[in-house]
Amino acid sequence: MTSPSQAAAPGANAPGPDAVPTAEVGKSGAPLVGRSPGQLMWRRFKRDKTGVISAYVVIFFFLIALLAPVIAWLYGKNPYTTYGLDRPGLLNEFYYPIKPNGGIDGEFWFGLQPQLGRDVFTQLLYGIRTSLLIAVAVTLLCTLTGILVGVTAGYMGGKTDYFLGRFIDLLLAFPAQLSFVAFTPVVYSLFVNPEKETPTYLRVITLILVQWALGWMGLARLLRGQVLSLREREFVEAAKVTGASPWRIIRKELLPNLWTPILVQSTLMLPTFVTAEAGLSFLGVGLVEPTPDWGRMFATGARHYQNDITYMFFPGVAMVIFVVAFNLLGDSVRDAFDPKTKR
Amino acid sequence: MLRFLVRRSLGAIVIILLISAITFFLFFALPSEPAQLACGKNCGPDAIALINKNLGLDEPVPVQYWHYLVGIFAGRDFEVGHCPAPCFGYSFTNSQPVWETIMDRYPTTLSLAVGGAAVFLITGVSIGMIAAAKRGTFTDKFFSSLSLIGNSLQIYFVGVIALWLLVDTWGLIDRPEYTPITENPAKWFSGLLLPWLVLSIIFIANYSRMTRSQMVEQLGEEHVRTARAKGMSGRTVFFRYAWRGAIAPIITIVGIDLGSLFGGAMITEFTFTLHGLGRLAVESVTEKDLPMLMGVMLFSCTAIVIANIIVDALYAVIDPRVRLA
Repeated sequence: MTSPSQAAAPGANAPGPDAVPTAEVGKSGAPLVGRSPGQLMWRRFKRDKTGVISAYVVIFFFLIALLAPVIAWLYGKNPYTTYGLDRPGLLNEFYYPIKPNGGIDGEFWFGLQPQLGRDVFTQLLYGIRTSLLIAVAVTLLCTLTGILVGVTAGYMGGKTDYFLGRFIDLLLAFPAQLSFVAFTPVVYSLFVNPEKETPTYLRVITLILVQWALGWMGLARLLRGQVLSLREREFVEAAKVTGASPWRIIRKELLPNLWTPILVQSTLMLPTFVTAEAGLSFLGVGLVEPTPDWGRMFATGARHYQNDITYMFFPGVAMVIFVVAFNLLGDSVRDAFDPKTKR
Repeated sequence: MLRFLVRRSLGAIVIILLISAITFFLFFALPSEPAQLACGKNCGPDAIALINKNLGLDEPVPVQYWHYLVGIFAGRDFEVGHCPAPCFGYSFTNSQPVWETIMDRYPTTLSLAVGGAAVFLITGVSIGMIAAAKRGTFTDKFFSSLSLIGNSLQIYFVGVIALWLLVDTWGLIDRPEYTPITENPAKWFSGLLLPWLVLSIIFIANYSRMTRSQMVEQLGEEHVRTARAKGMSGRTVFFRYAWRGAIAPIITIVGIDLGSLFGGAMITEFTFTLHGLGRLAVESVTEKDLPMLMGVMLFSCTAIVIANIIVDALYAVIDPRVRLA
C-alpha cells in the first residue's frame, strides 16, 4: 500500500508505478507531475466500465430516493391514497386489480396494491427512500464506530486491545438476524410504554440502533489488523520521533492509509443493511403501515402472490438491480484503490 | 482432541452465559414493566401485581436471572406450580412451558438448516471446482456472473416467485410443509425440497466463489506442481491434492455462516409458512412474549456455538496441519 504522506511529498516528481503518464504528457506537453493516490484511484475507476455503470445505477437509486416527493408530485399520486377503494372500476369484488398484470396502465404505471388499491409506483419510490435512509444512517454509524474502535484497539494495543477484542468476539457470537428480531421490541419499549402506539420516527431510530449495535465489528477488526502493521512502519516512527501527538499520528499518518478498506467495506456494507432491514420488515418487526417500506412490500406481495404476483415483481427486481450494482461498485472501488487485487 | 473439546466447551459456556445475561438484562430490566407485557392491554394494577408475584418479576433482575439459571438445570417452583428440569419459564401469551414449545418446533428448523446446508455445500463446492478446472473459459465466466446475481437475490423475493412458478403454476414441486422424518421420509423430503433450494440460493454463490479461488490457489502450490511433475494424473492431483487443501478453509466459513444460516432459515420459514424456531421467535416478538423469546434466543445461540465447535473439530480432522490442543 502506498503511503499518501510519501506520495504527496513535495518534489516527488516520479509518478507511481500504476500511473500511465505517457498519453497525458503527449497531449498537453506538460511536465510529469505527481498525482495523489486519490487522483490515481479516480483515473483507474473512470476506466472501469462496469464500475462507472454501476455507479450511475447507484446514483440513480439515491436520486429517486431523494426526489421521491418531486417525482410523486409530477406523477400526480401519493403512496397513501387508496385509489382502488375510492374509485370504482379499479378493483374487483375480491379487491384485486381488475386489469391484467396487477392493474398496470397509463395511469398506474406499476399497478395497484391488492386489497387497499394504493399506487405501487409511488409506494416503491417512498419505500426505497425509507430503506435507503435507514441503511445510509446505519452504514455511517457502523463505519464511524468501526474506525473508532479499530484504530483505538490497534494503536493502543495492550489491555485496551485485548478487552476490545473480547468485546468484539462476544458481539460476533450473537446471531445477527435473530438478535435484530429479538431486540427490536425491547428497544421500542425502552422509548414508549407498550400500551401506546410507537411513532414512526422512533421505529426508524430503533431499526438504526439495533442494526448499528451488531454491525460495526467486521470493520473494526479489519482496521485493527491494518493499524497493527502500520504502527510499526517507518513513517509512523518518524512522526513519533519528531514529537507528533497520538491524535496527529492517527489523523495524518494512519487514517490516510486506511481509507481504502474503509471505503470498500462501507460500500459493501450498505446493501447488506438494505436487505437486512427489508428482511425485518418482511418478518413484520420493521416499519408498520402506513409508512411506505421496501421490505414490507415483499410481505404484502407474499400474502397475495397467488392472485397478484405482479405486485411483488417491481420491488423485487428493483432490489436485485440495486444490490448487484452496489456489489459491482464495491468491487470496482477496491480494484481502483488497489490494482494488485484481481477478482 | 479431548483437550481441545474441553477447552472449547469451557469457552462456549462462558460465551453462552454472557449472551444469556445480556439478553436477560435487556429483556427484563429495560422494559418498564415486563408484567405489563405479560398481561396485555387494559390490565389493572391488581392483575400486574399478581403476575409479578406469580412469575417472580418483583425481585431484582440479578436475582431473577439467578433463578432463571437455576431453573434451567434444577427446575423451579412458581407460585402456580412446579416447572420441571430444563425450565425456561412459561409463555406470557399462552402459558405453555417454553421448553416444550421449543422442543416441538426445533426439528423443523434443524431439518431446514441441515438440508439447506447440504444443498449449498454440494452445489456451491461443485460449481467452484468446475469453474477452477475450467479457469478462464466460458463456463468459468458464466458461473461467476451467475454467482454475482445469486449473491444479490433475497429469500423473500425468490422464495415467493419459486412458490408461484414451481408450485402454483407448473406443479413441479410439492407445496412446502413439514412432516417429521420419522413419520414419512419421502414426504419430509418432498415437503422441504423447495425451502432447501431457496435457502441455499443465497449461500451457493459465496461458496462457489470461495471454492474457486481456493482451488486456484491450491493448484498453484508447490506440492501440487511436484505431484504433476511426478507424472500423476490430472484427476488425482485435482481431487486428492488440491481439493483436500481447498476444502479446509471452506469448512471454517461454514462455521462462521451458521448464524446467518439460522437467519436465513427464519425468513425461509416465514416465506413458506413452516412452523420452526425462527417463526416462533418472530411470533413471540410480535406478541411481546419475553420468556419464549429468551428461550429461543438461548437455544439458538447454544446450538450455533455447539455447531461451531463441531465444525472446528472437523477442520482438524480434514487438515492434519491444524493442531487442536
